[in-house]
Amino acid sequence: MSVLVYVEQVEGKFKKSVFEAVSYAKAIADQTGTNLTAVSIGQVEQGQLEELGQYGASKVLNVEAGELKNFVNQAYAAVIAEAAQKESADIIVLSNSFSGKGLAPRIAVKLKAGLVDGAVELPKIDGGIFQVKKTAFSGKAFAVTELTSAVKVIALNPNAFGIKDAPVSVEVESFSPALQSKDLVAVIKEIVRATDKVTLPDAEIVVSGGRGLKGPENWGMVEELAGLLGAATACSKPVSDADWRPHSEHVGQTGIAISPNLYIAIGISGAIQHLAGVSSSKVIVVINKDPEAPFFKVADYGIVGDAFEVVPQLIEALKKHQA
Amino acid sequence: MKILVCISHVPDTTTKITFTNDNTQFNTAGVQYIVNPYDELALSKAIELCEGGKGTVTVVNVGDSSTDPTIRKALAIGADDAVRINAVPRDAYFTAFQIAEYAKTTDFDMILTGRESIDYNGAQVAAMVGEFLDIPSISIIKKLDFDGSSAVLEREIEGGKEVVNVSGKFVASCAEGVAEPKIPNMRGIMSARSKPLVVIEAAPIDEVAKIVQFETPPARGAVKLIPAEDAASLISLLHTEAKVI
Repeated sequence: MSVLVYVEQVEGKFKKSVFEAVSYAKAIADQTGTNLTAVSIGQVEQGQLEELGQYGASKVLNVEAGELKNFVNQAYAAVIAEAAQKESADIIVLSNSFSGKGLAPRIAVKLKAGLVDGAVELPKIDGGIFQVKKTAFSGKAFAVTELTSAVKVIALNPNAFGIKDAPVSVEVESFSPALQSKDLVAVIKEIVRATDKVTLPDAEIVVSGGRGLKGPENWGMVEELAGLLGAATACSKPVSDADWRPHSEHVGQTGIAISPNLYIAIGISGAIQHLAGVSSSKVIVVINKDPEAPFFKVADYGIVGDAFEVVPQLIEALKKHQA
Repeated sequence: MKILVCISHVPDTTTKITFTNDNTQFNTAGVQYIVNPYDELALSKAIELCEGGKGTVTVVNVGDSSTDPTIRKALAIGADDAVRINAVPRDAYFTAFQIAEYAKTTDFDMILTGRESIDYNGAQVAAMVGEFLDIPSISIIKKLDFDGSSAVLEREIEGGKEVVNVSGKFVASCAEGVAEPKIPNMRGIMSARSKPLVVIEAAPIDEVAKIVQFETPPARGAVKLIPAEDAASLISLLHTEAKVI
């Protein structure tokens, strides 16, 4: 028995959500009295791989096959399942990222394993009972899911579990899995990635705008505020439907569900569908000129006022604060 | 061309979510059901690809007879026929297995689903169906072009997109951008009543997961209102009190 964590690299680097997954997997290994092995696929420098030991991985299986340079979920799932079998892992952890969502279900089927996607807490393990809490109804509720299979797969939500130092000595081992051509049918032709921006699903701070901003030309102040805070920008559904902002920025029930440390909503009234996607944010700030906006009911801090007067004040105050 | 579209029967997006039986069951009282909004995008894309006699669209649902009105809605939007696999869906693993078992019995070019259902938000079914059938699955796509034998898809990733090429059968889960949602017209609604809806029995499979308890998020404290003219003080509150900046 052991715990296996898949460490997703992006352009040869690990992101914060990977260290969260490693810390989470290490905590489960401690709960079950076993060791943690990480599996990395793609070209990652030795130093980055060894850094995983800082968070409790005592072994890293390093897969560098050229065919696996880009993410192909079918082949990656086969590699991770093979690694799990090699390590006799009965619990497999990964980040609930875009790639994780395409990967975890395939791993689960390969290993006849129950899957909890969007886990928000450590499992409760009591005798033979294994339960994990996850988000459900787009953030309107949580569902405690019991995994009854021998092997279990957990996809951890970003920002749900902090990074914890748990240094152990780490051994990096080269791993050459059996690759099958049928798993390499889908081929990535092009990757477009803005690396200079904070990405929305794993951002710690999100600044979001709604129809109250009146038009796409007014997003400059939203971006300036987000830039000062090191935040990602987001928007409400009407805004992305009107093509003021791209769909990838739409947060809410039919967009992306997020749980940052700080969510600042500007000119968003707070329809139930929007609240569903953001209500698990730790601190919510609402700026709206309508004192009756439903969003104020779930906010921690509120400013009733015109965004075009309030936001520039915030930008000035933030510049002073940071000076 | 034949496209299978998996649809899920979910509570309307405005539903207030509550639970019964000691928070072990979703309270269905007074709940209006709809076609899962993402599945509607998948369906709209499938109809678009098949327009002009280029193919047929079959919707597949795993559910008991209570989902029939939702299936009829999908037929009204423009699917040609429907298959209901007669079982209450236990979890994504169960649902995906049933869809895959059905897919093995029929010819198809692609299977489309929504990116996730808005009730259990698993985002699991598409990739599981792909694995059960041992064919590629591409999750969370924003664009799909198909020339009759191979497809080019755009998949969402953190901060960008990936363009993926695939030939042969595949499964894809659809997100916003893939198509404009189609709205049923009167002719569609009338013809939906007479379109074939075949009911088949579910195949047995072991249980791997079950929901044992629901929780609602803890209520937040009262909002702290800051006068608009004193907006700058929010920054120091976020720093010293909330400790988030």
